[in-house]
Amino acid sequence: MSVYAIRLHTLTKDYTAGFWRPRPIRALDGVSLDVETGEVLGFLGPNGAGKTTTLKLLMQLIYPTSGYAEILGRPAGDVAARRRLGYLPELPYFYDNLTAEELLVYFGGLFGLSAADARNRSAMLLDRVGLGAERRRQLRKYSKGMLQRVGIAQALVNDPEVVFLDEPMSGLDPVGRRDTRELIGELRDEGRTVFFSSHILSDAETLCSRVAILVKGRLVATGRLADLAFEIQGWELVVTGANTEALTALGLDDVTTVADGRVVINLPVDRAPGQLLPELGRHGFSVVSLTPRHESLETFFMRLVEQPTRTGS
Amino acid sequence: MAVISQIALHVFKESVRDKVLYNLVLFAVLLISASYLIGQLTAGQEVKIIKDLGLGATQMFGLLIAVFIGIGLVSKEVERRSIYSLLAKPVRRHELILGKYAGLVLTLAVNILVMAAAMYAVLGYMSWVESEEYRQSWEAPATDPALLLAIFLIFAQLMLVTAIALFFSTFSSPILSAVLTFGLFAIGHFNTDLRNFENVVDSRAAAYLARALYYLLPNLEPFDVSAAVVHGQPVSLGYVVLTTGYAAAYIGALLLAACFIFSRRDFK
Repeated sequence: MSVYAIRLHTLTKDYTAGFWRPRPIRALDGVSLDVETGEVLGFLGPNGAGKTTTLKLLMQLIYPTSGYAEILGRPAGDVAARRRLGYLPELPYFYDNLTAEELLVYFGGLFGLSAADARNRSAMLLDRVGLGAERRRQLRKYSKGMLQRVGIAQALVNDPEVVFLDEPMSGLDPVGRRDTRELIGELRDEGRTVFFSSHILSDAETLCSRVAILVKGRLVATGRLADLAFEIQGWELVVTGANTEALTALGLDDVTTVADGRVVINLPVDRAPGQLLPELGRHGFSVVSLTPRHESLETFFMRLVEQPTRTGS
Repeated sequence: MAVISQIALHVFKESVRDKVLYNLVLFAVLLISASYLIGQLTAGQEVKIIKDLGLGATQMFGLLIAVFIGIGLVSKEVERRSIYSLLAKPVRRHELILGKYAGLVLTLAVNILVMAAAMYAVLGYMSWVESEEYRQSWEAPATDPALLLAIFLIFAQLMLVTAIALFFSTFSSPILSAVLTFGLFAIGHFNTDLRNFENVVDSRAAAYLARALYYLLPNLEPFDVSAAVVHGQPVSLGYVVLTTGYAAAYIGALLLAACFIFSRRDFK
């Protein structure tokens, strides 16, 4: 078996725009990427970077202009490969008149599962995504977040070896995001390969063994997040017991009072919190949390675009 | 084959839960039942009126079902993006087209059976309440089995219309597909005029063009044997087989073209 679950080789996709004078628009530009079996890869990039295009090429929902993609050693779109993969599209939508259970039984049937096996599998998966109680409700009555959960369940109906998730956190509330993060963690622990796209850095931070960053259709960086050196732009310090005069005396002016007497202090990057913390203690403050403020993915991308392509270890 | 039947069953299941379908079938059954009352207004012609109205309603409502469900089969999947999860399953694109088609034909068959049953029920009631002498005056018996031939040819015609709707829906929007399908249905019933075009124009080019269109566009007139059946004239089995063969060939060509177009499409 190939050590790589997913391979992209100089994958390029042009769309044409304009009716009278059609001109090509490059959505994806020579992307090459290998994903090892069992790896969780975060495919990051700002909106419009080409993440969904890449996933659609992998599912052969669109055809490449040049280059090729392989999944489990077979060309993308190969039916035998599709038997072993799961896919959650971005903002998934299904059939209004079906219930979640019927949808999963239908999709299970397409994988050759018997009706009884498909029903068992669907019950197990809908429980797993927290929709067990609603499984006999028609999908038209589902909220966006619930549809996202159904989308995740249907992506797992065939017990796939490779799972593709396009923006799995979108449309979810904080609980849903946490659940999805946990689920991706479980998929990783079960040895599945997970390829998920996101435009939010924190989604990738806890889960990914590696990230690939796409900007304007080009792969600008791959590697472990820690190695990609996101610049720290400052610190967010939350304290209680604060009185404003004391903070002003300490030279802290970017201060916001939030609920329960807590105060959020934004420290600039040149004000090291190490020296400030003992001083705060002396003024009777207790520290609730201290979080580094990384540059946003967008800023990181912008910085990367001005540099040549780089690869982390 | 298993995949095609799974998709077909899914289409059937989705359609039977569609309120539009229930409304259409209910309305058709009501109209067929009401034909009994309308028949009472005409002295001695009741059975013909009921048959005419019954077959007409079956064709008309069958057409609405074929077009309104047919145009949405593929384009709705694309528009609502449900096609993304479906095509990521081990489903080849042509299997999707064939499954969708089979599912709609199954839906259509069940609906036509319901409408035919309603018509036979009204005709059976007529036959039951009228005296033997009065029944003798009818051109054909009320529950004439030949009606089934007419219904079968309506079904064959609707299968063709469904294939047209599906073909258009693989590359155009639902509204455009509906307009084009209704357009072809109308043209199909006046197609014979194209064959005789050379008798009315002098231009050779126009005559050739009309002749080419005659062969290219569907000819739906032969599927309508209602008048003959209602008036008790025989419809030969050979005619039915030949007309069905024409439908099968045309449907085959349309599905082939639909599969070809659909297989090359990008779902942006």
